[in-house]
Amino acid sequence: MTALLEIKNLQTEFKTEDGIVRAVDDVTLSVRAGEVLGLVGESGSGKTVTALSILRLIEKPGAIVGGSIRFDGRDVLALAEKDLTELRGDRISMIFQQPKVCLNPVLTVGQQIAEVFLRHRSMEKKDALDQSVELLRSVGIPSPETKVSAYPHELSGGQAQRVMIAIALALTPRILIADEPTTALDVTIQAQIIELLRKLCETTDTALIIVTHDLGVIAEIADRVAVMYAGQIVEEASVEELFDTPQHPYTVGLMQSMPTLGDRRQRLNMIPGSVPRPFHMPVGCRFSPRCRARVEHGLEKCLTDPPALTGETRKLRCWLEGKE
Amino acid sequence: MEVLMGSYIIRRLLMMIPIIFGILLITFLIKALIPTDAVTALFSGTVTEDKAAEAIAQIRAKYDLDKPWYQQFVIYVGNVLQGDLGESIRTRQPVMDEIGYRYVNTLILTAAALFIAILVGLVTGIISAYYKDTWLDVTSMSVGMMGISMPAFFFGFVLIFIFSVQLRWLPVIGRGNFESLILPAVTLGFIEAAALSRITRSSMLDVLSREYIRAARAKGLSETFILFKHALPNALLSILTIIGLQIGNLLGGAFIIEVIFGWHGIGELAVKAIQWRDFTITQAVILISAGTYVLINLVVDVLYTWVDPRVRYD
Repeated sequence: MTALLEIKNLQTEFKTEDGIVRAVDDVTLSVRAGEVLGLVGESGSGKTVTALSILRLIEKPGAIVGGSIRFDGRDVLALAEKDLTELRGDRISMIFQQPKVCLNPVLTVGQQIAEVFLRHRSMEKKDALDQSVELLRSVGIPSPETKVSAYPHELSGGQAQRVMIAIALALTPRILIADEPTTALDVTIQAQIIELLRKLCETTDTALIIVTHDLGVIAEIADRVAVMYAGQIVEEASVEELFDTPQHPYTVGLMQSMPTLGDRRQRLNMIPGSVPRPFHMPVGCRFSPRCRARVEHGLEKCLTDPPALTGETRKLRCWLEGKE
Repeated sequence: MEVLMGSYIIRRLLMMIPIIFGILLITFLIKALIPTDAVTALFSGTVTEDKAAEAIAQIRAKYDLDKPWYQQFVIYVGNVLQGDLGESIRTRQPVMDEIGYRYVNTLILTAAALFIAILVGLVTGIISAYYKDTWLDVTSMSVGMMGISMPAFFFGFVLIFIFSVQLRWLPVIGRGNFESLILPAVTLGFIEAAALSRITRSSMLDVLSREYIRAARAKGLSETFILFKHALPNALLSILTIIGLQIGNLLGGAFIIEVIFGWHGIGELAVKAIQWRDFTITQAVILISAGTYVLINLVVDVLYTWVDPRVRYD
């Protein structure tokens, strides 16, 4: 099956006072119709920038400087502004980390849902508002008839994210990009939102790209996972493969740093060191300074030559591949 | 909701009473400290003081000027409460007759200037914010800086020189018609537009960097729609505050502009009254200006609830 979305060698940079920061470096990803792809990594790993790049939502001083993004056979990076806006919110939509600040404080919930119908479907205003009520109902907002005329400050964080989901899925897009959709929410609400996303995407056959630092969320919802580190994808696999046999030393470290239930005596394993700073990227493998496996194997190559992402369905960026 | 709003407005109107009372008290105190009054100003240079002494005393007694200031104050407040603003010592006419039509003139000038200020200020501010750091932005902000730095009277003279003296399109001095309104309104309006433009720009820049603007872009809305439907209403909150303050500036600025352009408003009258030491007129002008200012602030506060759903008064 051909991919719905194909990102190849994507490079996104930000101009800063100290120089150029390449936040996304050589990211290659593909998403098939209806699948759930998890994009996991620490903060600063470039996962949000990758997500924003797909819809070309990178704002100055940032810019996409290389690579290609193809959606449904069309070259997204070559689209004219007008064609791009037709794609956004209709065929590909996005929800964000902080739902409360993503809703406009001076417009009602109804207005903010209805405007996607008015923009993309040239609907009558009344019909658009009626549809908005139905959408609110479908995302589980209580008494949608009254909530449709509520303002964002009258909603809870969970309700605001439900509204964002309603907006994003209003026109049954082919892809929904969810950037840390549960991070800002209470733990009890997180599971509900993940379940809602899973259910809605399944019924509408919408592909979901879920960006998160939370492996729990990935385990819950994703079919396939890409692990990002320092602007690059270091490992990509099906969710089962990744959790059963993580291969990249960084992925292994991530798994070990997750707390497990019922095991209180054991201290959490941390990955030593910290994420490399933008202007001090290691010459070889970007993870090499923190890599225990490299020390164990005593591989010098890791420090001098950057490894490439290799493999067909299961991909890995590591010189230690095959060495046990 | 409407009931709450109604009671809020009534409470605010009641609060005007102590404010205006305070303003009157302060002006009366200042007046008490000034060694001269309208009567001496009236006779100064015309007759020697000893000859006129009797006449002066007579007039002073007639206008209660021989009484201590606090007694004058009580009498004045009593009269004002009955709707009597007193009689001009200079013209011997009821102040009300003179001030009524002049107040309307000042309001016309202020409203016209405000209209120009808002139109020019908002448009240039929005353009500057949207085209930040381009030549459009730099030009509009530089012109704005000139507007802020230039005194109103000087700008007024420049306009008179260009449009009245050189081009002869517009009258130099006011005749109370529309043509004579243009120059003073433009002078006042442009100066205020400059400040408003800067506020609009910074406020729009702040709003345009918010997450909900990015979310609006993710919905595929057009840039124009985002600018006017999503960004501007949010930016209006701080713009509105400045507009409220500027109306005070405009009322004050109108004083000088009215003199330059011979516009018969309360400002022009106030300047004359000060020269005449005619405190009855000065006092009435202060009373009316203060009342107007407080009322405008109330209107602005009520407008907040309309612009920002988060603002509620209860």
